[in-house]
Amino acid sequence: MEHPERWHRDQFRQHGPFGLRHRHGHGGPLRREPADRLGGGVAAGIAAWRGFSPTAVRIVFVLATLVSAGWGLPLYVLAWLFIPAVGTDANIFSKARNDTGGIRLAVGLASLLIFVLLIAGALNGGWFISWAWPQVFSVAGLALIWRNGAPEDQGTLRHLLEPLGAATGDVKPSRRSAWRLVIAAVLLAAGLGWLFSAHASLALLRPLGGVLLVIAAIVLALGPWWLRIARDLALERQAKARAEERVDIAARVHDSVLQTLALIQRRADDPQKVIQLARLQERELRSWLFEGRSPDDAEELTVADGVRQIQQDIESRYGVPVEAVTVGDCDLDDNLAALLAAAREATVNAAKWSGASVISLFAEVEPAEVSIVVRDRGKGFDLESVPEDRKGLAESVYGRMTRRGGTATVTTAPGEGTKVTLKMPRSSLSAGRT
Amino acid sequence: MSTPRVVLVDDHGLFRSGVRAELGRQVEVVGEADDVQPAIDLIGELLPDVVLLDVHLPGGGGQAVVQAVKASHPEVRFLALSASDAPEDVIAVIRAGARGYVTKTISTAELADAVRRVAAGDAVFSHRLAGFVLDAFAGGPAADVKPAFDPELDQLTSREREVLRLIAQGYTYKEIARELFISVKTVESHVSSVLRKLQLSTRHQLTRWAAERRLA
Repeated sequence: MEHPERWHRDQFRQHGPFGLRHRHGHGGPLRREPADRLGGGVAAGIAAWRGFSPTAVRIVFVLATLVSAGWGLPLYVLAWLFIPAVGTDANIFSKARNDTGGIRLAVGLASLLIFVLLIAGALNGGWFISWAWPQVFSVAGLALIWRNGAPEDQGTLRHLLEPLGAATGDVKPSRRSAWRLVIAAVLLAAGLGWLFSAHASLALLRPLGGVLLVIAAIVLALGPWWLRIARDLALERQAKARAEERVDIAARVHDSVLQTLALIQRRADDPQKVIQLARLQERELRSWLFEGRSPDDAEELTVADGVRQIQQDIESRYGVPVEAVTVGDCDLDDNLAALLAAAREATVNAAKWSGASVISLFAEVEPAEVSIVVRDRGKGFDLESVPEDRKGLAESVYGRMTRRGGTATVTTAPGEGTKVTLKMPRSSLSAGRT
Repeated sequence: MSTPRVVLVDDHGLFRSGVRAELGRQVEVVGEADDVQPAIDLIGELLPDVVLLDVHLPGGGGQAVVQAVKASHPEVRFLALSASDAPEDVIAVIRAGARGYVTKTISTAELADAVRRVAAGDAVFSHRLAGFVLDAFAGGPAADVKPAFDPELDQLTSREREVLRLIAQGYTYKEIARELFISVKTVESHVSSVLRKLQLSTRHQLTRWAAERRLA
């Protein structure tokens, strides 16, 4: 989950990418820096720790890997496993220790690679083999990171593995992969034919036959296990998709149901109001659950409609006047609907927590982007001290915006009021009137 | 500065007495009128500093009063009030010569402040009027402007747009000054210059924009 503190830090982080020693080390414990990562943020972490430039650390690492015949890679993966990320104290390994499924997967993948390398070694793979052996550890380590890392670690891995998946035809079985299989079969047949014709005496082929028998034996013995590992991986992917869906549902439930429940508690002395709130919430939830329709897009067709809808809802639910001004207008698409949802959440927050007597809601549609400013002159709050479980701001506003390429900035301080500025670039598809 | 002398023009008696009661101590309400012709007569007779003018009047609307009085007494200043916020009415009364526009939901303190500003010759924009102006002046300069016309009047400067944006977000002049690192006086002069453009621009968009809103 994004935390306001991290978000703040990301936004104001600045690095001079070059120059060997452009600042002093922070002097604290060694931590990975996922905010400035290419892989796991190890190099950036070491750089920040000792005050080097991350680029210099990366170059040294690549050189070390070349000199050590590939041992740099497993070392990197080990560092990724054992060094905690910035702002945390637990490393990934402490989590992975209890993950029996993950350990099975790691051992399985490592053993698979070992067998492949044994066979390749028997067929004399040359320098490639000596380079590949250390990667047994890399593969096992990456499997553990994949299962137990933070979402950003998993995101990096998925990114790194994408081309691999595409190369093996995992992404979409198309005509191209069919062609590839045909060509491979033709090449295999031609190669075998060549082998047999070149070596008239079959004696030379005997070692090859032995190797084939060993492979067959291994496949028979361990095949089911590897199949199960493959199936586990598929299940893993489904579980991730489900988890993402759950995050979406959680955001939705937070936006509507939890907000309404909080309101009902506050208005407990007014039965009429409680009934009205409960009815409203029921309608909203039903339309979302059973008709697959988000209550937000029920009547919203353009940005101005959406802003008006927010204004009406907040005024009727919270009794706080909303001064809404819209400049320009355009039709809604998914991105702009997300922008409006974030603006709604920011307005609800202002209505509930700021104590301000009026909230101003300003939306401007420009050719390149749509911006919405939600501002109140209320209490304000300390951005650093928002508790993790009050995720209205972090998930519903910031998460929604960044997932779709927008930005969210919060300017606030205790006693100074709060200003939430949301900007979403317009996709070329959402042609509209300005 | 002495307290400004104010005439109230509104067809709702209840609203007039409400405003009179609320503003009573901060401005001097010298007269009330409930329609166009009585208002014109009364203003000509009393010559107040500021006329608080409802945009909607039964006998022809607020702009009829502004046009009639401006012709004979250009020194009288008008602040338009409206409950409806219909842009075409607001733009019409501003184009006729009113120096500002506020909604009827405005707080008493803010209304008194707005009256003093208008009396001092400044312009007063509510958040909604700022939105209207941004909307009406959106995009590049008008294509069909007569060559003899001053093109400056057809566009807002980027600073003026910034000021209007902040007004639309509910900022006071003082807050805008702090936000943009300029003096309150400079904010006032930006707003006055926007008002001038709004009144003098022949920008075809203004009319077309208001007409579109009427249809919507």
